[in-house]
Amino acid sequence: MTRTVCPPQSAPAVRVRGLNKNFGARRVLADLDIDIRPGEFVALLGTSGCGKSTLLRILCGLDTQFEGEVAVPSRRGVAFQAPRLMPWKRVWENVVLGLSPPGSLADAASVLAEVMLEHRAAAWPRELSGGEAQRAALARALVRQPDILFLDEPFAALDALLRLKAQQLVARVWERHGFSVLLVTHDVEEALLLADRIVLMCDGAVACQMDVTLARPRDVSGPGFGAMRRTLLAWLGVSGDV
Amino acid sequence: MNTLLFRQGGMQIIVPRPQGRSGLPRPVRRLLGPVLLLAVWEGAALAGWVSPDTLPAPHSLFTTCRELAAGGELAHALEASLARVSIGVVTGLACGVGLGLLSSLTALGEDLIDGVVHMARTLPWVGLIPLLIIWLGIEEASKDALIALAVFFPVYINLVSGVRQVDPGLIEAGRTLGLSRLGVVRHVLLPGAMPNLLTGLRYALGSAWLALVFAEQVNSLNGLGYLINHAREIYRTDIIVVCLFIYAFLGLAADFSIRFLESRLLAWNGAFATS
Ligand SMILES: Nc1ncnc2c1ncn2[C@@H]1O[C@H](COP(=O)(O)OP(=O)(O)OP(=O)(O)O)[C@@H](O)[C@H]1O
Ligand SMILES: [Mg+2]
Repeated sequence: MTRTVCPPQSAPAVRVRGLNKNFGARRVLADLDIDIRPGEFVALLGTSGCGKSTLLRILCGLDTQFEGEVAVPSRRGVAFQAPRLMPWKRVWENVVLGLSPPGSLADAASVLAEVMLEHRAAAWPRELSGGEAQRAALARALVRQPDILFLDEPFAALDALLRLKAQQLVARVWERHGFSVLLVTHDVEEALLLADRIVLMCDGAVACQMDVTLARPRDVSGPGFGAMRRTLLAWLGVSGDV
Repeated sequence: MNTLLFRQGGMQIIVPRPQGRSGLPRPVRRLLGPVLLLAVWEGAALAGWVSPDTLPAPHSLFTTCRELAAGGELAHALEASLARVSIGVVTGLACGVGLGLLSSLTALGEDLIDGVVHMARTLPWVGLIPLLIIWLGIEEASKDALIALAVFFPVYINLVSGVRQVDPGLIEAGRTLGLSRLGVVRHVLLPGAMPNLLTGLRYALGSAWLALVFAEQVNSLNGLGYLINHAREIYRTDIIVVCLFIYAFLGLAADFSIRFLESRLLAWNGAFATS
């Protein structure tokens, strides 16, 4: 299962230059530059409070109070840590909400099948388990056929086993659809398993980056994984030897 | 009720309780209370403990009811009262929802409307009857307006607080899905505020009946209130009691219609799901 990322000379899917963002007197993003190539999977790591979610909210158009240059694809999919499904709409209605022209049950069913949730299409969100709700949220992002998927710690609330399954699911749909992904995560292993490139943020700017050259499919016990993991942990200020 | 816990050293055995306590279905059990009350009342009347002029026996109320219905007076009065309530409720509901949306969705609306409504709310609306009569005349308009007022405040206040309680995360999700402002109102804010709105409506309907009673006590030429006033003049306690029962039944019917709306509109919310 090899995958070719579009060559660097093609126009970037995301282009950010000199992004500044203040909350009152506090500067949260300081002169941040970042590019994401079409089809590239980027993981964003960084200590808590360094501005990752703030960046993501700007990139998905939720926060327009910033300075700088931001260009993103107009077709975007977003999933947050909480599934944020409308409790008053059935799962399939949640999936097609906001589509124009309006989506049908059949549209929803095909994308729900992709996240293995077809049988729950008519359920209310309160009837879903945590993992199912998160998958429904992923389906809702996928049905828009996005050019980029923004994920803000989407697996953080899942238990270890479910997280593993969800990671595999994201890897699978990414390989099939070829959109770009920007994944915010706290989990170094998750970043190494999924990403083409890992970007480390510190104090509102990109501190350093690392291309993950490991062959896919990846494995935590595979060659080179441990070394990269140690490097990342050192960057984050944690000693690798536990 | 009698989950028995036996202590055996350090262990505790929790005995399961069979599900469904009584053999009678719930609606039947709930009817038992009122039926018992009626029986005691009838018994007291038959035994001669209460004079019919003070409180007529249930069986004679049925006779009175049948007489009123046969003479066409009851239908006529009901029609007039229901028309008043309908006009008042529809007007009050429309104003409450309209102004409530304006005030909860726009900053200007909130500044202009919300303060005024909360000040006006402290006025007891019953006290407005004389003013309404001077402004709108003693005919229908002042009665409709009183009912509309009684409906307006609970609808407005519950709708506004419902919209404010909607999870901001859901509003953001709606925006990332490409919903327009109107789309967010329709798919996120209104359904999110619906439980509160229905609570407000339930309370509003209760107030509406109260307002109807007050309004009809003042110079009505038709309606249930007129029937009561007329009955007082000719000393017919039975007619008064029949009319009071009809008020009660109408209130009950209103409550049931709200319950029906809740089971329909709030099926997503487990608490209201019809099993
Ligand atoms: N609405 C807001 N008003 C004021 N300050 C805010 C607001 N949102 C975020 N901040 C501040 O901005 C900084 C960056 O927040 P952000 O949510 O982007 O962090 P993060 O990197 O996502 O952290 P975490 O990993 O814990 O999610 C934090 O210090 C936070 O306190
Ligand atoms: Mg965050």
